[in-house]
Amino acid sequence: MLSLSKLTVAGVLAVASMALGACEFGPKQSEQTGYRGTGIAQISDPGNYVSPGEVPPPPYELPASTGPKAGEVYQNVKVLANVSQEEFNYTMAAITEWVVPADAPAAEAGCNYCHNPENMADDGKYTKVVARRMIQMTQNINQNYSSHVKQTGVTCYTCHRGNAIPEYVWADPKPSDGRLMGNKRGQNTPDPSTAYASLPLGSLSMYMGVNAKPARVISQTIHPTTANLTGTKAAEANYAVMMHLSQSLNVNCTYCHNSRAFSQWGQSSPKRALAWYGLQMVKNTNEEYIHPLASVFPAKRLGPQGDPYKTNCATCHQMQRKPLGGAQMAKDYPALLTLAPVAPAFPAALGATPAIGAAAPAAAAAAGN
Amino acid sequence: MARYQNIFTQVQLRGHPEMGMPHKDSSDPRIHATRFSYLMGKVGQAQLGPIYLGKLGLASLLCGFLAFEIIGLNMLASVNWSPIQFTKQFFWLALEPPGPEWGFSLMVPLAEGGWWIITGFFLTASVLLWVARTYSRAKALGMGTHVAWAFASAIWLYLVLGFIRPALLGSWSEAVPFGIFPHLDWTAAFSIRYGNLFYNPFHALSIVFLYGSTLLFAMHGATILAVGRYGGEREIEQIYDRGTASERAGLFWRWTMGFNATMESIHRWAWWFAVLTTLTGGIGILLTGTVVDNWYLWAQEHGYAPAYPDTGVVDPSLTFVDPGQAVIDPNQMVADPGQPVVDPSLTQGN
Repeated sequence: MLSLSKLTVAGVLAVASMALGACEFGPKQSEQTGYRGTGIAQISDPGNYVSPGEVPPPPYELPASTGPKAGEVYQNVKVLANVSQEEFNYTMAAITEWVVPADAPAAEAGCNYCHNPENMADDGKYTKVVARRMIQMTQNINQNYSSHVKQTGVTCYTCHRGNAIPEYVWADPKPSDGRLMGNKRGQNTPDPSTAYASLPLGSLSMYMGVNAKPARVISQTIHPTTANLTGTKAAEANYAVMMHLSQSLNVNCTYCHNSRAFSQWGQSSPKRALAWYGLQMVKNTNEEYIHPLASVFPAKRLGPQGDPYKTNCATCHQMQRKPLGGAQMAKDYPALLTLAPVAPAFPAALGATPAIGAAAPAAAAAAGN
Repeated sequence: MARYQNIFTQVQLRGHPEMGMPHKDSSDPRIHATRFSYLMGKVGQAQLGPIYLGKLGLASLLCGFLAFEIIGLNMLASVNWSPIQFTKQFFWLALEPPGPEWGFSLMVPLAEGGWWIITGFFLTASVLLWVARTYSRAKALGMGTHVAWAFASAIWLYLVLGFIRPALLGSWSEAVPFGIFPHLDWTAAFSIRYGNLFYNPFHALSIVFLYGSTLLFAMHGATILAVGRYGGEREIEQIYDRGTASERAGLFWRWTMGFNATMESIHRWAWWFAVLTTLTGGIGILLTGTVVDNWYLWAQEHGYAPAYPDTGVVDPSLTFVDPGQAVIDPNQMVADPGQPVVDPSLTQGN
């Protein structure tokens, strides 16, 4: 009898040790961030500190913005044409260090990743076309989304961190083909994008992709009305994308929400509004700047559905509440801060283009064909 | 001397198998075979059998097996019939109900939730047949039908979750998936969608009865084990002819809390607590989305949840002007030769 009891105790201990294997032991730090008694706190684990990453210094001292413009000196400069030649070279040197640094694999290092060394003005390499659009994207974020990036701003390095392709990107998942084989109904897969839950995998596409919808499923009325026809399935996808936010910033739900009433703005922290602007920024970035590059990228750079790899919260934040720990980096690169008017390549065609909404593809279609 | 504060039963009776009294109805004990199991005797009674399967039991097991198999095979198919992936991902896998696009239609393709409906039918049939079996067997033994009614209470909650509420809302997609993590994630999403289920008073009642059940179970189990040395585990005898075990147990609780249940009433308490857990839970689920769409707002309206100071944060979407819409100027657009036509994503809405 005794041996059976001992065996049972040993079994319980073995199961307990396996069950606790994923626990993070050691003291935690708790920081109260909301009204007392509401459990609004951030717990951090000093034993698992995540480094915000180092900011590379500027390549050299920022040159004067006077002197001949890059657009006058070089050919085929479209986005940075109004920047001085000196500052243009400085910016190019910085971008090279951020995206294709010398210590990267040979194929992804140096000017030739984007440029044709025979003719630097040549647009033959897709990477140059993409890079030009990415510079515009950066300028757009810094100029128009200070509601999210504040005066800190972003640079190429905020996402790229020395990689030709940023580490944290996503593409549309494969939709169901209607067959039973391999059909998980778009969920039920251990995946970091849902914090290893069984929640839907396509939530980034739903809330951050093209024609993304607002992440709002909770009714604002006590009783059911036709104002909210979403169901529990929609809440699952919403939950999944919120898990992505939480993971990307290494925070819990109460960083933004009072979890007793997730949808109530009057009980949320100001961080929630900041995050909301961030979602608008990500949607705009993906829709206007990245998705339209689908035909520019070669097939190997596209996701399984043929769409380019897009941004989400983790692309910049990389598990930090503020990317790079909130380091003031963009101020050293004034060429990236505002959307400069571009010297139009085909002024007549562009003049006829409507200014609102679908200007990008419309302008391209009018000008390019 | 054998005592009762051990993990395992220390006394095992062996002898001529006990076959029970004659039945009240004419049904036969179908399977006479009995045997003794040492290991089963460690946790329960060592005698196995006689078992009564009957038509209801056979039909119930068959339906339950079909439901179990359909769930398992769907999970296996979802990982391309890979036993390794099935094992690795088992806790994530599920048989999902039809999506919102199918409403409450029965004509759903098998891979899009049709198998879920079939499984739901067989599982429902299985538990209903089983409750009928427990009812008829209790009747045959001249017992009360308490077990059958308690099980029916659990079936009520199951049917509200998987059939009655989806029917009222007109969508299978409101039903619960069959799967370990998926049904847990569904539960969390359900609570979030309907404004926090913790403000649902029937959910609160259900929790009271659930936790109350465990408390009563712990108190009762502890009391009986504690008077086991006086034969306290012979509860039925103690109900009719109260002995010293019962006297000591009752006095213990009168000493410590001034009141004691009787040998009979403690079981009535426990039965009602258990039955009311799923009964009130089912009512709470049934009201969610059909009568109340946001339990937090309902609780505010009825003074049921405290109000905290407003943080002053305002919904930014009320005043937001999308800069992407507002400032794009054709002069800012680059006329790239490779500028493509925008294709809508193929996966929107999935």
